[in-house]
This record gives sequence, structure tokens and C-alpha cells, in this order.
Amino acid sequence: MSTTKKPSEELTEGDAAKTAGAGAHRATEATAGSAELSYQLEGSVPFFQRFMSRVGSFWTLGVLVLIVLLFEVLTPSMLTKAAWISTADYGVEYLILAVAETFVIITAGIDISVGAILGFSAMAGSVVMQEMLSGHNSVTAVVLVGIAIMLVTGLAVGLVNGLIISRWKLPPMIVTLGSMTAITGATDVLHHGTEITTLPNFVSDLGTTTLFHGWLPLPVLIALALTLVCGIILARTRFGLHTYAVGSNEVAARRSGIHVDRHLVYVYGLAGLLCGVAGLLVTADFSSASPLAGYNDEMYAIAACVIGGASLWGGRGTMFGTLIGTAIMSVLTTGLVLINVQAFWQQVAIGAIVVAAAGFDHIRLQSGDEK
Amino acid sequence: MDGPAPTNSAQPELDIPRIEVRDITKRYGNLHVLRGVSMSIRAGEIVGLVGDNGAGKSTLVHIICGALQRTSGTVLLDGQEIDFKSPIEARNAGIETVYQDLALAPDLNVWQNIFLGREKAVGGPLRLLGWLDRKYMARKAREDLDRTKIRMPGVSHRADQLSGGQRQAVAVGRAIGWGSRVVLLDEPTAALGVEQQQQVAELTKTIAAEGMAVLLISHNIPQVYDICHHINVLFHGEIVADLRPEECAIDDVVGWITGSALAAKKS
Repeated sequence: MSTTKKPSEELTEGDAAKTAGAGAHRATEATAGSAELSYQLEGSVPFFQRFMSRVGSFWTLGVLVLIVLLFEVLTPSMLTKAAWISTADYGVEYLILAVAETFVIITAGIDISVGAILGFSAMAGSVVMQEMLSGHNSVTAVVLVGIAIMLVTGLAVGLVNGLIISRWKLPPMIVTLGSMTAITGATDVLHHGTEITTLPNFVSDLGTTTLFHGWLPLPVLIALALTLVCGIILARTRFGLHTYAVGSNEVAARRSGIHVDRHLVYVYGLAGLLCGVAGLLVTADFSSASPLAGYNDEMYAIAACVIGGASLWGGRGTMFGTLIGTAIMSVLTTGLVLINVQAFWQQVAIGAIVVAAAGFDHIRLQSGDEK
Repeated sequence: MDGPAPTNSAQPELDIPRIEVRDITKRYGNLHVLRGVSMSIRAGEIVGLVGDNGAGKSTLVHIICGALQRTSGTVLLDGQEIDFKSPIEARNAGIETVYQDLALAPDLNVWQNIFLGREKAVGGPLRLLGWLDRKYMARKAREDLDRTKIRMPGVSHRADQLSGGQRQAVAVGRAIGWGSRVVLLDEPTAALGVEQQQQVAELTKTIAAEGMAVLLISHNIPQVYDICHHINVLFHGEIVADLRPEECAIDDVVGWITGSALAAKKS
């Protein structure tokens, strides 16, 4: 109709158009009268806008900057190295759990047990390391076995979650609520509810090593690298596409030949594995394994995902959004400490943010708006 | 060649229907849903399947596409007997079903929907990771959709941004792209407006012209009458009439569906 764009030209812009944004879409509709009879003018979308809509989290990024600036006005100590290190260190645990949660939420599921898996896998690995240290084992062997136990424990619990959810067709909320309770109990059973402090030096070194003159703690680097890898898996691979498909329309996914049940097992397994990694980093950070590690973390992880644009109804969400969501949570926490707000209020704020973000998500879906 | 001409050059096999069902029955206990149904579709032909609710249309479609197992009878694809245990097997053999709803994942874009379940990975070591060849799939999806002759926005649009007609086009685009031999259209226009119904009618003719055998299940009698080469009427689990639109009036079709024509014939 009113556009002369040829299909062949459009193809080169194909990927960018994926999220080319509401603006461009509406503009086409307005000029052509009917979007159906016109090709989209992707080429005319400015690069910056295309970039921002591609990352899909423009407004959350804006909120993050606003929050940082707000705290900077309220307290001069916000934009300092100390505040950055504190915020980043604090965010490591939540970022990895949120990355795990992102996969699950995109499948229209939820994993309430992420914090519990973190605590359990950390404790399981630490118990073994403690036992091995009292024997005559090389430190390298102790560390390797300990790390392996943490990862395998996380993976195993995640797989069990996935198997129960997919085979018995139970709501993920109930299954992971149950496993959260059971695993939290099991964590206490492992070491009689007390913490473990006798760990190889390597573990605490892992937590205290920094790069770039102290600006980049090693755990932060590991968490960011994991986020990047998971983001690529989600956005660029068959596994990622199937994750979106399962959450977007399970029936269509089944009809397309996707093994939905098997995929859910993989997703919950991957989430568990990531929780194991988080367990390792938390243990390294505190140089100890606490039975309270991971307590209440699921709320932060879910909040980060939802703030980052993941839909609790499935099918939507990005790792970049989750990264921004986690950053907002971490900055809020650090900032509230810096302006001397009682810790109790932080929890009130975070609970409220989760509900508000979910409500916003719901309104957005109802209005059929862009992500 | 006259009539619904197959696209292939004339060969003896052309007399063999692309898809044929013989004496299909389906029983649930004492309930006979299908009582010996036989029908066939040749390549390039559009056959309508009409009947009142409960006549057994969906059951027959589900048996052909592998979603249901028949009690007895034979299904032949290009003369070969087939026995699918799942819709996936049927789809892999070239029988594509276009469902009236739930066909697409709304959050995935057009090319992702078209290639869902058959994604193309890049070559080289990244293949092991299932790294998707997005450029190839976007280009191929565009080509397949161009063959449906329905104007579409970009193949990178999310499915929930498309109109009902465009969604049907995407579903049909899958059939074209995957080289299907048989397309089962299950109430493709049920939820559509008049203009989009027209588009789907054109779409149906297009895929038949591509050489596929098309089975159109619909309550939209005028449309079935308009585009089908012949119309099978299912009544209480039996095919009571095989009508050619050029030889009958549209009221005759309705008469067979409601059973009044059958009653008149018997009396």
C-alpha cells in the first residue's frame, strides 16, 4: 500500500525487527491504515531506538539510573567505590538465582526452592570438604570434590523438581514450595543446623580475589559471565527457543514435536545447577557455609525477573532485563542501608515491588502492549 | 489437463489418491462415532468435510493426523498404508494439520513459529550447542509466506501482533515450508471476519495449486461450496453424500447436513 519496502530488503533487518518496538509498529499502522497490508518500515527505525527496544528493558534501565541518582542526592556516599563493591557483592547471589529463575518463569513456571537449593548444595559441599580436610587429602582434591558436590547437588534437586512437575503435572508453585521446605530441613540435618567454618583457603580466596585494582570482585565477574552465557543460550539457541515456546503455548509446542516434559526437566535442572554455583560463591564470600544461606532469596530472584520484564504467565523475559532487575534490587538495598532505613523496611519494600511489578505485567498483557 | 490438475507431470501414480481412508470406524464402547467412512483426496484437490456438530468430523481428522487411533479401517498416503501413533509422526510424513486455535505460540515471532520443532542450526562447532541459523530461517520463512500470497508484516513480528487471517497464513506457511503432501484445515475461518475468511479461501486455493491435497473442515457452507472440488457430508458417523458443487445447489448441501435430504431419499 503506502510503503514501497520490498520483502527482500526487510530480511536483512529481520532480527532487529523482532523487538522493533511499539513505536514503529504503530507508526506503520497509522500511515498505512492497516498493518496487515503493509510491510514494516524497520529500516527507518533509528539505531538507538532499535537497540533499546531490542534489549527490551529501556524503562527499567531508566528506573535504575533514577534510583542511583536519587540515592546520590540523598547520600553522598552512593557513587563511591565502596558502595559499588558492596552493591555488586550483594547482587552476585541474587543475580545467579534470578538467572535460574528467568528460565523457569519463561516456561510459565516458578521455582520457590532456589534459595533452599543454594543453602543445601553449599552445606552438602562444605560438609564433605570439612570431612576430607580432617583426613589426609590434598587440598586440590578437597576443593574439586567440594565444588563438584555443590554443583551436582544443585543439579540433582533441580532435576527432581522438574521430574515431579512434568511427570505428575503438579503446579510448579506447590512442588517447589514443598521442596523448599524439605530441602531447608535437610540442610539442617546435614550439619545439625550449625555453620561450617573449616574450609580450604582456596574457597575464601575465591570470595576475596578482585580484579582491576579492586574494582571487580571475582564472584561478580563469574556471575556476570554466567549471565552472559545464559543470555546467549536463551536468545540464540534451540534450547532457548523451546523454553519460550513451552511457556508461550504449551499445546503448540507439543504439536510442533517439542518434548515439553523433557524440556521442563532440563530447565529445572539447569536452574538447580545455577543455584549450586550460587551456593559455591556464597560459601566463598562468607568463608563458611551457613544453614541460613539462601533464606528468603527466592523472593529477590522472582522480583528481579519480574522487574526485568519476565512475564509470570510465561513466554516473555530476557537475561538483560533480569540483570537490570537484579541491579535495581541491589541498589535499593544498598541505598536504603546508606540512608539508614531499618532493614525491616527493605523487606516491606521488596515485597511491594514484586506485587507492583507483577500487576504492571498483568496490565501490560491485558492491554496487548509491547514488552 | 482439466479439473484440479496436479502439479507433477502425468504419471500413472496420479490415479492413486494422495490420501485415502477406507472403511474407518471409531468406537468408544458402544458409541459408534465413525461407521465405515471412506473418502479420498487427490493431489491438488480441495475436499470439503461438512456435517453437524457431533457428526464425527473432528474424530476423522484426528485419526488422519495421528492424534487418535482408529478402531478399524485403513489410511493410505500415496497408496502406502500408514499407521501414525502421534501427530508428530504424521507431520513428519507430510500430513500437516492447521488447527483453528492454539496453533501458534503468541510470544514467538513468525519465523520462530514456522520453524518451531524443526529449527535449523548453523554449521560448524556451534551446531552442537543448537545455535540457531536465524538469518536462514527468517529468509526461508519469508519465501514460504510469499507463496501463500497473503500480505504479512515482517517475519520478525510476534504472532500475537498478527490478524487471524495472517495467523492462518503462518500455520499454512509451515505446511508449505515443510513440503507437506496433505493439509488438514480444521475450521480455519471459525474465528475470522469476512475479509479474513476470504483471505483464507484464497490461501486454501493456493496450497492446492501447490500440489497438496487439502481437506477443509468447516461450518462455513458457502465457502466450502465456493472453493471445494467436492464435498463429503458426514451424518451420524457415516458419509451420506459426496457432492460436486457444480452439480448441486448450496441448499442441497445443507439438506444433507441436517439429514432432511437423507430422510427424503429413504422415504
